[in-house]
Amino acid sequence: MQKSGQNPSIQRYTLTAMVLHWVLAVAILTAFFVGLTVDDMPLSPAKLKLINWHKWAGISILLLSVLRLLWRLAHRPPALPGSIQQTMPGWQTKAYHATHHLMYLLFFVVPLLGWAYSSAKGYPIVWFGVLPLPDLMPVNKEIAESIKELHGLAAWGLIGLVALHVAAALKHQFIDKDGLISRMLPGR
Amino acid sequence: MSLLLKSRLLAGAAAWMLLSGAGLCPAHAADQALLAAQSEVTFVAKQLGVPLDGKFKTFSAQTAFDPKSPQTSKIAFTVDLGSVALNADADAELVKPDWFNTPRFPKATFQSTAIKALGGGRFEVAGKLAIKGNARDLVVPVQLKQAGGLSTATGSFALKRLDFKIGEGDWSDTSVVANDVQVKFKLVLQGVPAM
Repeated sequence: MQKSGQNPSIQRYTLTAMVLHWVLAVAILTAFFVGLTVDDMPLSPAKLKLINWHKWAGISILLLSVLRLLWRLAHRPPALPGSIQQTMPGWQTKAYHATHHLMYLLFFVVPLLGWAYSSAKGYPIVWFGVLPLPDLMPVNKEIAESIKELHGLAAWGLIGLVALHVAAALKHQFIDKDGLISRMLPGR
Repeated sequence: MSLLLKSRLLAGAAAWMLLSGAGLCPAHAADQALLAAQSEVTFVAKQLGVPLDGKFKTFSAQTAFDPKSPQTSKIAFTVDLGSVALNADADAELVKPDWFNTPRFPKATFQSTAIKALGGGRFEVAGKLAIKGNARDLVVPVQLKQAGGLSTATGSFALKRLDFKIGEGDWSDTSVVANDVQVKFKLVLQGVPAM
């Protein structure tokens, strides 16, 4: 007898893909909320610390996303279980692929915009206070403000997609009860 | 004014010039001038490991410097702290009481106490640096180059910002803004005697 919400026929992601998924999930959400918080803070040492942690997290997210994409290209994600493929409406299959592709796009776009914003603002990024990174563009106050807007918009876009992704996962878990979530959970 | 008084004054002035100017002083302070437009005073401060380049736009010097007689030479240097230029955010902050407090302490000053020649146009200038009401002894290595009647003095030194209370309160946290600040200068002087 199978436990509710578990589906033994489901093929899982590789352990590496799972680790990258969950580490990045936590990192992206944390970076997002730190970014939001910092934007409203008056200048203080605490604000400077948070800004730099946010930048270090962003660069880490960018690097891990490169690794994750490479891993994904070398280890294709498991196909949806046959039962789900047959019952899922066509628009949902399209939305499923579009959401993942857009999230992957934004995994790169959001940190790169943040990096460019930092460069344009005249603050080079020194990763974890140790490794100086090259500037993506010359210092320009006006352009910096535009890039900041785009960075924020892209980040909200990513968070919107994450919300959609989570909602879909919860729907499969608690409404469809098809155990799809176990693809991303380690287990027997 | 009577002719007598005039001639007496002239004689007095001549005698004073003989004693103080041509006679005793090795260098003619009044003859030396800093060419501010060709000179620069820059610094690098580190914020969480990020080097930030800044400069001071306004500064002046009073020098009586003779490379052949460094022990009798004198250098006084003044920096207008309100002329700091790092970036828009920092510039607005640096003039505040926690940092330079420019309303109360508008200028940083350096006054030499002893100048030593090290040969090859190199000098060691010891003196007192005063910022924000705090004075510290400082030894600055200076390289002097002369060409076309102009003398260019370059050098750099590190100062500890907390020695001068630059960044007080929460800002004294050196993990955010490093204590060491690297200062660099290039001073172009007119009228310095040949080496």
